[in-house]
Amino acid sequence: MSSLDDIKQMFFLECDELLEALNDGLTDIEASLTSGALDPEVINAVFRNVHSIKGGAASFGLDALVRFSHAFETVLDRMRSGTLTPDEASIRVLHRCADHLSDLVTAGRADESPDIAASGPLLDQLGVLNDIGAVPVAPEPEPEPDQQNDAAPEVPEDTGLSFAPLALGIDLAEPQDQESARRFEVVFTPTESLFATGHDPVHLFRELAALGDLSIKAETDLLPSLEDVTPNIPYLRWRLELEGEASEEDIREVFEFVDGLAELDLAASVANTPPQRENSSPISLGCDGDVIPMQSAPVDGATDPSPETSVHETPGKASDQPVAATKAPKSTVRVDLDLVDSLINIVGELVINQSVLTQSFSEANVANRADIGNSLDEYKSLALQIQDSVMSLRAQSVKQLFQRMARIVRETSAVAGKAVVFETDGEDTEIDKTVIERLIEPLTHILRNAIDHGLETGEDRERLGKPTRGVVRLSATHRSGRVLIEVTDDGAGINRARVFDIAVGKGIVNANAQLSDAEVDRLLFMPGFSTKEAVTDLSGRGVGMDVVRSAIQKLGGRISINSTPGRGTTLSISLPLTLAVLDGMVVDVAGQTMVVPITAVVETIRPTPEDLHHIGASTQVIKVRETLVPIVDLGVAFGYRRGAVPFTDLVLLLIETEQGERWALALDRIIDQRQVVIKSLEGNYGHVPGVAAATILGDGKIALIIDPEETARMAERDPAGLLELAVAGE
Amino acid sequence: MSEHADPNGTSSRELVSFAIGDQDFCMDIMLVREIRGWTNVTMLPHAPSYILGVINLRGAVVPIVDLASRLGLPPLEPTSRHVIIIAVLGDQTVGFLVSAVSDILGAQPSEIQPPPRIASDPTAGFIEGVIASDERMLRILNLASVLPRIQMPETA
Amino acid sequence: MSLKVLAIDDSRTIREMLRMCLAKAGFDVHTAEDGVAGLETLRDVGPDVVITDINMPRLDGFGVISAIRAMEEWSALPILVLTTESAQDLKQRARESGATGWIVKPFDDVKLIAAIRRIAAT
Repeated sequence: MSSLDDIKQMFFLECDELLEALNDGLTDIEASLTSGALDPEVINAVFRNVHSIKGGAASFGLDALVRFSHAFETVLDRMRSGTLTPDEASIRVLHRCADHLSDLVTAGRADESPDIAASGPLLDQLGVLNDIGAVPVAPEPEPEPDQQNDAAPEVPEDTGLSFAPLALGIDLAEPQDQESARRFEVVFTPTESLFATGHDPVHLFRELAALGDLSIKAETDLLPSLEDVTPNIPYLRWRLELEGEASEEDIREVFEFVDGLAELDLAASVANTPPQRENSSPISLGCDGDVIPMQSAPVDGATDPSPETSVHETPGKASDQPVAATKAPKSTVRVDLDLVDSLINIVGELVINQSVLTQSFSEANVANRADIGNSLDEYKSLALQIQDSVMSLRAQSVKQLFQRMARIVRETSAVAGKAVVFETDGEDTEIDKTVIERLIEPLTHILRNAIDHGLETGEDRERLGKPTRGVVRLSATHRSGRVLIEVTDDGAGINRARVFDIAVGKGIVNANAQLSDAEVDRLLFMPGFSTKEAVTDLSGRGVGMDVVRSAIQKLGGRISINSTPGRGTTLSISLPLTLAVLDGMVVDVAGQTMVVPITAVVETIRPTPEDLHHIGASTQVIKVRETLVPIVDLGVAFGYRRGAVPFTDLVLLLIETEQGERWALALDRIIDQRQVVIKSLEGNYGHVPGVAAATILGDGKIALIIDPEETARMAERDPAGLLELAVAGE
Repeated sequence: MSEHADPNGTSSRELVSFAIGDQDFCMDIMLVREIRGWTNVTMLPHAPSYILGVINLRGAVVPIVDLASRLGLPPLEPTSRHVIIIAVLGDQTVGFLVSAVSDILGAQPSEIQPPPRIASDPTAGFIEGVIASDERMLRILNLASVLPRIQMPETA
Repeated sequence: MSLKVLAIDDSRTIREMLRMCLAKAGFDVHTAEDGVAGLETLRDVGPDVVITDINMPRLDGFGVISAIRAMEEWSALPILVLTTESAQDLKQRARESGATGWIVKPFDDVKLIAAIRRIAAT
């Protein structure tokens, strides 16, 4: 059985989902402002998201969260009822409210005191939207006239107490005090609708009986003759007499749900006077013509009002206790990430062990033993299945990362005073959890830079004939066995002359240096080149892109920049799928076994002399369907071979980069295609140029996994000696 | 597990002594994870000459340093008789190729002398101390300085 | 036989709180995450009492109540509405749609059990 703490944890997990859905919904609503088509269910769902957070928060006494979500949902409720039409301004407020809601949830989760000060201005804005002025920050706004006790009970901060029995139960459990005993006379006349709403007076009487000594009489004076009886119309009236310490309030509470469904006359009288007999024929509930006295001492343990009954069952009830009936919730388990990593490692070993075994089998000359072969096949498939599942434990979609970035964009654009349309694509792309976490900072910097430095001001854009709102786009895709994340803005592009001047001023390059555009762009990533005071005067928050670059490189990634003056800038981050499995082509490069990611390979070519052409002294190209593709000899590129081997003796792999550039990688032989486990080289050694990672082959030996693009670029040119950075061609 | 046991401390140090060619060295036993025979390595392109390559150590990719070459001595031609000392420094696991492992010895701080300043000694920069006993001279390697420089250091 | 309670709420947190509270009281608890799932579970388990949230995807609480009342075999089933709003008009709507009673979130164990006892044969 779950404890309240477990449920609280569950609540925060649920909040994450609800906040994610909330952000999605708000984005949809925002998009509908231009498209015009809005599914009303989207607003309903958004309302429910906030509403659910409020409901849960109330259960745990997270008052600030309750208050804020209440004000938030009130506005959303107006939107869903159509009395408030969403527009750009209101959506902006709602986005900020969602952000703040997220902060309040985070504070609640960390047991920190929430930033109530930050709630104030937003509550004011919600109040404006709600057309009722500011929402008071202090008390829960909805005390209820007929629910004094129930409505918004004060939930103590200590959540353990929110389930504590209230005074009501404790009072009833006390022994009867003769002096406080009073007598009430209740006349209860149900209407037709009482029965239409599932009520049964018997239950009410039983609850009343729990408050004291009760006698019940049914009065039949309203009962017509049998032929006149209309089904469903109640003809009975009950006269109830209750003696005990119960207050009028207690009694009214029992009848709370039937208020308006029955006439209720309640009169108090002095205790110990004998019950008055009315001039009517009493009909008992048991139909035996007698008044049935109901005792306050319940026969059935379940009617015992003492709060203990909900905890300590009587023996008779224990057997009824549906222990097994409490279905296990579809729950999540929190696992130490180290444990997952160790599991991934072990499974990696298992997969390697499997291929070793398979190789031994094929070499053992027992091919006639089909049974062994079959078992091995099964072993392989199981091992790979386990591997897939274990890997997926670490993989996470970038959605939450993107939502976080949406917030950064909103905040930055507010500070910079630039209207920004933020677009995202590929939110479902999955990356290793650690990689996602470590992308937060660099992406934050990049997006801030894009807005601060990349986008022009609204006035400037207007003058340039651009839409006043700048567009910043964040996308993620799987490409060539890597994950490609791009941030694109439609701003001014890099001011290369200025970048060059600053670099000269900082002594990074010689004033006489002749740099290509790409080389100038790369200066942005140089340590010591801070765009802060320089490229634009904005923000004071500009972070040197060298920090971003090193963060990406630490992840085994590459960053490149591509900019067109007046049109905008694209920053591309290409990340390896560390910890993942890769479909690899196992190849022989001058006697060394290496692996090429299959995703990078467009096709394999066995070149004929007619296909090959010389360009310059050392470069050869191959003609592939009317385009000339440069050839890179991997053996030479990796220093495994000095002398040139004629390419006609080699196999060429045609590869294509993210930017559509093509190369042909020359190697000696294709050995095999198989899934390989990616092992990091960086942990114990460091980055090897042209090598993405390593893997362990069936014979237990390590093979290097080639990074085709980096290898090709490396071989193609020695980039100005400035950086080992790969740069998108212009 | 400390990389640099305090040489001026009072506690005695346990050291693993080994031979490279005809010279004797030792390293702190706390750094040594295991000792294994030579296995074939996978060459790393563009690596310094003293990096022989990488091996698979129970699923981890571990670079192997030719200590002889690193210390400026005549490089070893590895055979199955040679030994790899696997050492752990911080997060990094590295194997060192040596001719043979001799023994494990304890040394009092008083027995450890600062390395002699001999400009002609190519190993000087890698030595943190010397133990002279009888006719032997044991040089204590400063493993951190011997390590290949990691190209992308983790500063996080 | 313990009382069978069907709790319908789209919030996992609230479902679990209901489950914990009701199971402690010895009830046989079933849950569903929206109105449609609630009606399906209703047919499967045949509860003695239904507790339902109002704001839910697919089919809201009012819809659940109307649907239950429209089925002859369930027309007298006691139904508690679980709501964060204690507003009078919401109660009015709940009753009009046929709810037996209501309980305001955040609920506490004692009040919830008491409310169930006022409408069902516990």
